[in-house]
Amino acid sequence: MASTEQQSPATPPASTGGTKTSRWRSRAFRGLAYQVILVVVVLLVGGYLAGNTLENMRVRGIQSGFGFFLQPAGFGIGESMIEYDSSEPYWKAFVVGLSNTLRVAVVGIVLTTLFGTLLGIGRLSRNFLLRTLCTAYVELFRNVPVLLQLLMWYFVLTDWLPDMSAALNPVTGFFLSKNGLSFPIPVWSAGHFATLLGLGGGIAAAWWHARRARHAFEISGAQWPVLWPAIGMLVAGTLIGWLVGGMPGAIDMPERGELNISGGGAVTPEFIAVTMGLTIYTAAFVAEIVRSGIQAVPRGQSEAANSLGLSRAQNLRLVLLPQAMRVIIPPVTNQYLNLTKNSSLAVAIGYPDLVSISNTTLNQTGRAVECILVMMTVYLVLSLLTAALTNWYNTRMAIKER
Amino acid sequence: MAAANAMRSLIAARPAPPRTAGSLSWLRRNLFADWKNTLATLLVVAVLVDWLPFVIEWGIVDAVLRPDNAACRALEHAAACWGVIAEKYRLILFGRFPFAEQWRPLVGMVMMVGLLAVSCLPRMWNRWLPVAWVVLFTCFFVLMRGGFAGLSFVETAQWGGLPLTLLLSTLGLGAAFPLSILIALGRRSHLPAVRAFCIGYVELIRGIPLISVLFMASFMFPLFMPPGKTPDVLLRVFVGITLFAAAYLAEAIRGGLQAIPKGQFEAADSLGLTYWQAQRKVVLPQALRMVIPSIMNSFISTFKDTSLVTIVSLYDLTGSLGLALNGDANWRQFYFEGYLFIGLIYWIGCFSMSRYSQWIERRLAADAV
Repeated sequence: MASTEQQSPATPPASTGGTKTSRWRSRAFRGLAYQVILVVVVLLVGGYLAGNTLENMRVRGIQSGFGFFLQPAGFGIGESMIEYDSSEPYWKAFVVGLSNTLRVAVVGIVLTTLFGTLLGIGRLSRNFLLRTLCTAYVELFRNVPVLLQLLMWYFVLTDWLPDMSAALNPVTGFFLSKNGLSFPIPVWSAGHFATLLGLGGGIAAAWWHARRARHAFEISGAQWPVLWPAIGMLVAGTLIGWLVGGMPGAIDMPERGELNISGGGAVTPEFIAVTMGLTIYTAAFVAEIVRSGIQAVPRGQSEAANSLGLSRAQNLRLVLLPQAMRVIIPPVTNQYLNLTKNSSLAVAIGYPDLVSISNTTLNQTGRAVECILVMMTVYLVLSLLTAALTNWYNTRMAIKER
Repeated sequence: MAAANAMRSLIAARPAPPRTAGSLSWLRRNLFADWKNTLATLLVVAVLVDWLPFVIEWGIVDAVLRPDNAACRALEHAAACWGVIAEKYRLILFGRFPFAEQWRPLVGMVMMVGLLAVSCLPRMWNRWLPVAWVVLFTCFFVLMRGGFAGLSFVETAQWGGLPLTLLLSTLGLGAAFPLSILIALGRRSHLPAVRAFCIGYVELIRGIPLISVLFMASFMFPLFMPPGKTPDVLLRVFVGITLFAAAYLAEAIRGGLQAIPKGQFEAADSLGLTYWQAQRKVVLPQALRMVIPSIMNSFISTFKDTSLVTIVSLYDLTGSLGLALNGDANWRQFYFEGYLFIGLIYWIGCFSMSRYSQWIERRLAADAV
């Protein structure tokens, strides 16, 4: 076939002899034919699979439909940020699972960003030891499967740590044991409202100051200090709010009892293992991205900034970072997404995330298709949302050529 | 006038620039450049002095190497018990494969690693390499399954350990490769239906975690088949991994396709090549060469990702560690050493692949000049 076509001109209209052959050889016609074939094949395969599935479900007596989501779930969930008990419907269990997934994702993303950035800068340090140490970290942790790391941390946390009755107490108020980490939390009281209001006021004042400073700079070129006054406004606002609210200071400290630790906030070893494992793994990738992003800014940019008389801080803030960020942000968002998707491995150590809840529901009800569809849809929506955000950011940050 | 004065007075001699060669100067530049640098050096040294002796004592000096359960338990985790590896390595490396027959996966694995090493050499890249891989996989399957010439039959459910990890990652990626080329080409096609289908596929797969694909493979694929037929669990998982890897690989290849200058397409057109001839003879050879490092990255990811098949109860390297230790109350407490052992195996694989990827990138860049 290929050898006959080689003779024909590549673009329509084909001018050779008989009209019949030239019609067949025209690119437009073949394009249409390919597409029709693809659509028909996809429909046929899809129809075949769907038909088999329905037939199988009929044979095995599996019911279909999403109605079961309203029935009581009948299983408890180890940890939840939302009120939940086993008599509540399946959809509520899924919401709890999603909230647990997001909790790991948000905490993991914040920690990964901090840790990964430090490591990435450390890899560029002039200090040989620091540089080597950061490189060793990156090479060590990104080359071992994340599932293995999660399992390992979970084992260490639940097997090597002492029982709750003999919990480690490294810092006052913090207890670490097989049952997780307990830590002090402030007790909520009405006075904290005023504190929050004060913080809000501080933020507003700082924002207003920054705006005025930029305005002044644009008009006269005068450079007002921004960072320290802004921090001062935040602190002052919070402090005033706290004073006005009557200085609420009650803190719920965890206390060691006969057999267990009571009071305070607590996180389970499952949560710690998942968050820690994902952070340690993903930080290695973020470090590489940060390093290559900083290295991507040509040295001439720094030299130009120096020759303009910018200070080191100004150079970093006005010249280096904006250019490095443009390179760093898209792949880092990708890593955030990876972290969120990898949090699904929590199912291996029994942290009740979305996948874990779907799996339990699937085993209880046998509704494989529905459970897996819901699970996939949720992750897909999260991914698409992130992608949309990244695209918006990229358009905003793209170099505007005039 | 001031300028004239200034002209007349001599500028004081500046100190000579510091030496930049020699070990002393290296130390000054890399460890003690200024007070911050010195502080960092001291901090790192302090941490190392604090930790290194402990790590060495724990892992080497005080560790028990013999498969002696009593001695290991007596350590109470104060030192490593490598005895667990000495005791269980056959189970960890080969899973549930019948003990007396484990030379078969060993031979298969050695052949596979050998061909993998050969495939890394650019001068072996010719049309015989894919043929060699097809032959290898056939031999591997025949050897593992047995059931002829005195070799006992071993069903796929009993395959496990490192050979399974290697099989899933190489065969998974090998099968994903042709698929991903089609998807990458389709994504750049002028035909709207083809393009939409390919974009939809890639974005769908990249948006969901591998574990959900594996769940689909183990719970939904049986429903897809005609009633009464249940495909082999290994085959289902293999299909899942292939479909997943293909989407990522397609994106890597698309990167290469985008980097091909437009003139190449036009040149192919002006020579009268058909679409497929142009792709095969002009576009793909250049594009694939360009994305070899990305393909290596996909390979590393797939190699690590195969550990997830543990969750759908296949006994790959990670799964067979659980198999070896979970049921044995005597050795179960030494999981950590087990994790370190298989972690080392994964690490050696991934690290050597990433080093190879860097080497081939430099080499190809040199070739291109």
